[in-house]
Amino acid sequence: MSSNTLSGAKILLHCLQREGVECIFGYPGGVTLPLYDALYDYPVKHVLVRHEQNAAFAAQGYARATGKVGVCCATSGPGATNLVTGLVDAVMDSIPIVALTGQVTTKLMGTDAFQEADTFGITRSATKHNFLVKNIQELPRVIHEAFYIAASGRPGPVLVDITKDVFQGQAQYTPVTEIHLPGYKVYSEGHGGQIRRAAQMMWEAERPFIYAGGGVIAAEASEQLRALVEALDAPAVCTLMGLGALPADHPNFISMPGMHGSYAANMGMTHTDLIIALGVRFDDRVTGRLNAFAPHAKVIHVDVDPAEIGKNRHADLPIVGNLARVLPKLVAELKELEPSMRDKNAKTRQQWWQQIREWKAEHPLKAEKSDSEIKPQHLMAEIDALSGGRAIVTADVGQHQMWSAQLIRFNEPRLWINSGGLGSMGFGLPAAIGAQFARPDKLVFSIVGDGGFQMSIPELATIVNHALPIKIIVMNNGHLGMVRQWQELFYNNRLSQVELASFPDVEKLAGAYGFKGRTVERVNELSSALREAVNEPGPYLLNVKVSPFENVFPMVPAGGAINEMVLRPPQPVEV
Amino acid sequence: MQQIISLLMENKPGALMRVTGLLSQRGYNIESLTVARTLDATLSRMTIVVDVEASIRAQVIKQMNKLINVLQATDVTEGPAVNQELVLVRVRTNQQSRTAVLKEAEIFHARVVDSTLEGFVLEATGDSEKLDEFIDVMRSYGEIEITRSGVVSMSLDNRKLKLSPPIPRGAAPEEVLELQS
Repeated sequence: MSSNTLSGAKILLHCLQREGVECIFGYPGGVTLPLYDALYDYPVKHVLVRHEQNAAFAAQGYARATGKVGVCCATSGPGATNLVTGLVDAVMDSIPIVALTGQVTTKLMGTDAFQEADTFGITRSATKHNFLVKNIQELPRVIHEAFYIAASGRPGPVLVDITKDVFQGQAQYTPVTEIHLPGYKVYSEGHGGQIRRAAQMMWEAERPFIYAGGGVIAAEASEQLRALVEALDAPAVCTLMGLGALPADHPNFISMPGMHGSYAANMGMTHTDLIIALGVRFDDRVTGRLNAFAPHAKVIHVDVDPAEIGKNRHADLPIVGNLARVLPKLVAELKELEPSMRDKNAKTRQQWWQQIREWKAEHPLKAEKSDSEIKPQHLMAEIDALSGGRAIVTADVGQHQMWSAQLIRFNEPRLWINSGGLGSMGFGLPAAIGAQFARPDKLVFSIVGDGGFQMSIPELATIVNHALPIKIIVMNNGHLGMVRQWQELFYNNRLSQVELASFPDVEKLAGAYGFKGRTVERVNELSSALREAVNEPGPYLLNVKVSPFENVFPMVPAGGAINEMVLRPPQPVEV
Repeated sequence: MQQIISLLMENKPGALMRVTGLLSQRGYNIESLTVARTLDATLSRMTIVVDVEASIRAQVIKQMNKLINVLQATDVTEGPAVNQELVLVRVRTNQQSRTAVLKEAEIFHARVVDSTLEGFVLEATGDSEKLDEFIDVMRSYGEIEITRSGVVSMSLDNRKLKLSPPIPRGAAPEEVLELQS
């Protein structure tokens, strides 16, 4: 063995350092033993989570809070299969993560060896791309390709499955200087002619409406979005994935559209004559019944992924490109046309704004309060007041997620972290771990339901281990609230398996892990309890008992058009 | 109606699975699939015949083009393209029918690739409908066995293949690649 060779495990760690990896969320196991042995001598930080699924979610939290590639690591077989939900989640929300998994020794592959699973096959559709490395010589190239693919174009998760003999083998380490992916197409600039036509259409529109999504955040194009919104002075909505892309306090920001979107957002979308769709995918939760969606509108659709254009809604003017590149050109074109076009529809545009303001005033998103019980909306309003639009908020999935999205302001991108497309319960808490590692300077709230929290309890140990000052707020309504809401509204109130009858005493639970916890039930204690949580230097677990039967409104029933919103709970009928 | 898709892809493990996965995840059944390397041994040419609803055909092609191992996916259903298939037919003959079988084979320009006392193996190429007819005719002579290759397609379009150039380390993707046509 020549002295200037390195083990595969060490080569991998060199490669990770070269990619600028600061921190890996992982869990060791049999075939990754050589990797973990090598890790012992390297400065790469490893965060030991308590379940591999949470390693993937934490890596996502890290990536979502920074835009950098998050990294997670698991052993073969069960370790790798446990990552799968987190990978699919990252595909759905276009989050750049690299997952490293160990695989059994090459000559044992296909023999049903101990802890063997076909990770490469299983994760084919759970990733943007995946690799199987059986030859140590390929390792540096594959790792660089993995990071490049994860972060470029439409971001997404990439998995690299590495056999144990590759970790153990010896080779010269030659850093990669160039990769070649002849079939990987990254579109960036956008078509100049199309951009000019888009600007023309924007000025010609009488009732333009900007529909911005997660793609704006992925492209780091928030400033450019703001410039466009102001150049055109059009109303703008941000989707669940796009919240924070335009500051919530911006005068042109309307709120979120869709199933639980605001009245003004959905009415605006229904009555506009021009949708300016930026980094969105016309998701069913936004459009409602597709053939009734925005019936009067032409569509300008800008996206980095050509497969999104025209997928759900025909684009009258498609632009394939990176929003950070396309938006400034659009703004420049708008400004060039402004002198001749500004007055064209000035009057109708004024009326349009007037109409939007009326819709906003008619049914604003406002937090209900009660004297006798804590309304969940009230809880979100209190958190909003503490955050002031600047804290990181990770949510789990369900009612609390929708109320958070409706009522907590986000004045910057990358503050609102939630599982949008896949809707994975158990996401919120581990995502907060990744976010807090990425942004130690930030106040991080992890708002979770009593259901999702119980999927993530083991990670309290990780939080304590690293003294992460995460404020875990359990919105506890004793139910799987969103499922209960649907059973109530659409299944004759037959509440089947949605009551979470027992819940741990959080003071004891947090105490058992060695940090502070408290339950709050009374309205007049809510505000001080939240302040106490925020003022605590370490982690804090606050269990907030909220009214158990509150439902999220507005709501567009499944299959409904988005202007057919149910705006408030049906009133009891006297019999 | 069947859709014919021609793909140029990297000759790498898993590449086939990625392409077929896009079809199987929607529950589409592949009618035929052929794949073999091209002049450049690092690349493969694949032809897939599959019954995809007309409304999502363009979407399927776009998603195939998104695959990192796929250099180009093209819908060649409407042409211009040459679509050919090969069939091997094993037909049992007796002394009386041998001449007749050979005569029929000649009409279809089929070749005898094996001849024994029991019968022949015939090889025919052509479009799928022509081969269907050939098989029907042969069946009238008794029990037959067949193996079809599936359709192989050659596009006659002069569309230029655009490949991404090599990417130097540290370059932002946007600085390296500009493929917008």
